[in-house]
Amino acid sequence: MSILVNKDTRLLVQGITGNEGLFHTHQMLAYGTKVVAGVTPGKGGEWVLDDKVPVFDSCRAAVEATGANTSVIFVPARGASDAMFEAADANIPFTVCITEGIPVQDMMRVREYLDQKKVRLLGPNCPGLLTPQEAKVGIIPGDIAIPGNIGVVSRSGTLTYEVLYALKEHKMGASTCVGIGGDPINGTNFIDCLGMFEDDPQTEKVVLIGEIGGTDEEKAAQFIMKSMSKPVVAFIAGQTAPPGKRMGHAGAIIEGGAGTAADKVKALEAAGVRVAKHPEQIPELLQ
Amino acid sequence: MKLHEYQSKQIFSRYNIPIPKGHVAATATEARQIAEELGGRVVVKSQVLVGGRGKAGGVRVAKSPKEAEEVATQILGMEIKGLPVRKVLVDEAANIDHEIYLGITNDRAARRPVLMASSAGGVEIEEVARTTPEKIIKVHIDPLLGSRDYIARDVALGIDLPREYWKQFSDICRGLWRAYQDCDATLAEINPLVITKERTLVALDGKMLLDDNALFRHADLAEMRDVDEEAPTETEARKYGLSFIKLDGQIGCMVNGAGLAMTTMDIVKLFGGEPANFLDIGGGAGADKVAAAMRIILSDPNVKAILFNVFGGITRCDEVARGILTALAEVKPKIPMVARLVGTNAEEGRRLLADARMITANTLVDAAKKVVAAAKA
Repeated sequence: MSILVNKDTRLLVQGITGNEGLFHTHQMLAYGTKVVAGVTPGKGGEWVLDDKVPVFDSCRAAVEATGANTSVIFVPARGASDAMFEAADANIPFTVCITEGIPVQDMMRVREYLDQKKVRLLGPNCPGLLTPQEAKVGIIPGDIAIPGNIGVVSRSGTLTYEVLYALKEHKMGASTCVGIGGDPINGTNFIDCLGMFEDDPQTEKVVLIGEIGGTDEEKAAQFIMKSMSKPVVAFIAGQTAPPGKRMGHAGAIIEGGAGTAADKVKALEAAGVRVAKHPEQIPELLQ
Repeated sequence: MKLHEYQSKQIFSRYNIPIPKGHVAATATEARQIAEELGGRVVVKSQVLVGGRGKAGGVRVAKSPKEAEEVATQILGMEIKGLPVRKVLVDEAANIDHEIYLGITNDRAARRPVLMASSAGGVEIEEVARTTPEKIIKVHIDPLLGSRDYIARDVALGIDLPREYWKQFSDICRGLWRAYQDCDATLAEINPLVITKERTLVALDGKMLLDDNALFRHADLAEMRDVDEEAPTETEARKYGLSFIKLDGQIGCMVNGAGLAMTTMDIVKLFGGEPANFLDIGGGAGADKVAAAMRIILSDPNVKAILFNVFGGITRCDEVARGILTALAEVKPKIPMVARLVGTNAEEGRRLLADARMITANTLVDAAKKVVAAAKA
């Protein structure tokens, strides 16, 4: 078992003929992910990557022809919100948006619409997710994780790779690794993932990687206290971040004194979570 | 991106929000001319992108054009919170009867815009929120529906606004919502919105923050950016698509990925050093971008050592190493440097850097310890 993606994932890639889309589709196929279709408006009827993947003009056409049940978006920021609306309108139950730099007002409208449609979104501005040896959806390098019983959920990209790499060095594997993304408004949050990991029989322990900005880590701490039986280890980035500055991610900002790393660490520790001082300490805390 | 008061008010007036008559001036002579045109009492207001201008003496009333010139001379010579005043706004003075707060911002937790109003205007809304939170009315807005007039009336009722002003107030709320939406603002604020003795509502001050991610569709607004108000290195970094924030420490950090960049700063601090900056070179960064990043770090004279921390995924370590070598050839730094390269093509990257006599490290902890020691040596 795992969460969100597995061997039954039938993946559709939106923006498949762009540089990023094509490169990562190649990587996902090489990993063994079932990529069944691509969408690029105006290029329907073509085939890409040695005729392995058919391209369609719309999500609706792609779903009808291939039965795709998950979509991943590599469309540039100016078209990405439209791509999310389109995936939802084609009733695809799960969409992953990798794109960075989507205007926040667009995201508020997207999230509202997707909630009404009752479809799930992961991201945007995220690395996607990986269920080792089953499916890789997004850009997480496949070779840095081995299968195992640790669920990983993170707001960051490369920091997540760092943690997966540290786990692998200690021969620890992941059930699923989920990057929820660094934007202030996203689809799937920490609590959603924690709940799924709690219900997943394969997952025995969870690693939560947070950062400054917003209050999602504090809410996760409350959820852990009330609803989780599995042990959680955490790391929070941004102890040294100055207030009022956006630290690369649109959502990583301390506003009006709220969203500091210290507050998040305090909330998590109060919920019984062991918080690592640096990422390389995580494997030790999991033992 | 922050807009100046005068820029924000110009935008508001396009949406039929009443603002005082006035113009912006860069010299005291211009300020005097504006005051002459306006006639009567004027307010001379410093235009800097920080709060607390009034308390710092950067907002003053003048009774005559001559006095406006004198006041403008003083204000244009001031520094407010470290920023020199380069422009003043000269507005006709209003006869204030009462001050209201009105603003629209993004409520991150609720994932919706929120319209906020308070009868206690004129002071910072954070201050009102802390001392008398019951005086703030907040209404969340459905992002697919937008603000409607009934919402404005609810808010007017909530702040005990007399009925005679409801129509004007609704028009202003509608204008503010459109300004917020059309400009992709993250904040559109009128503080104070005043009720004048002539029984009209006027936006005396204005503030707008814009979403940097949306500037691609607002070329006109992007041009309003005042680069005089930010550190030159931050302007330079933006040109190359780098995310850079200057800090006060001695250890320069160059990292790929925002989360890892923050973590690198944290671990430097954990092992006794102080980071000189936050710098994310982004995914897939090529040699020219890396060279620009290095020039920016080295332009800070406080930097005593540099730590390169690169986790190759899409970013290839050999590519980053080549960028470092290009920059080294160009700027010839004399300070110690520690490199940690892991992931895609790390071997090749390490081999390239070994020739440049760089200190190498395998783990994050190792890298942090080595760079802290090097900076202190």
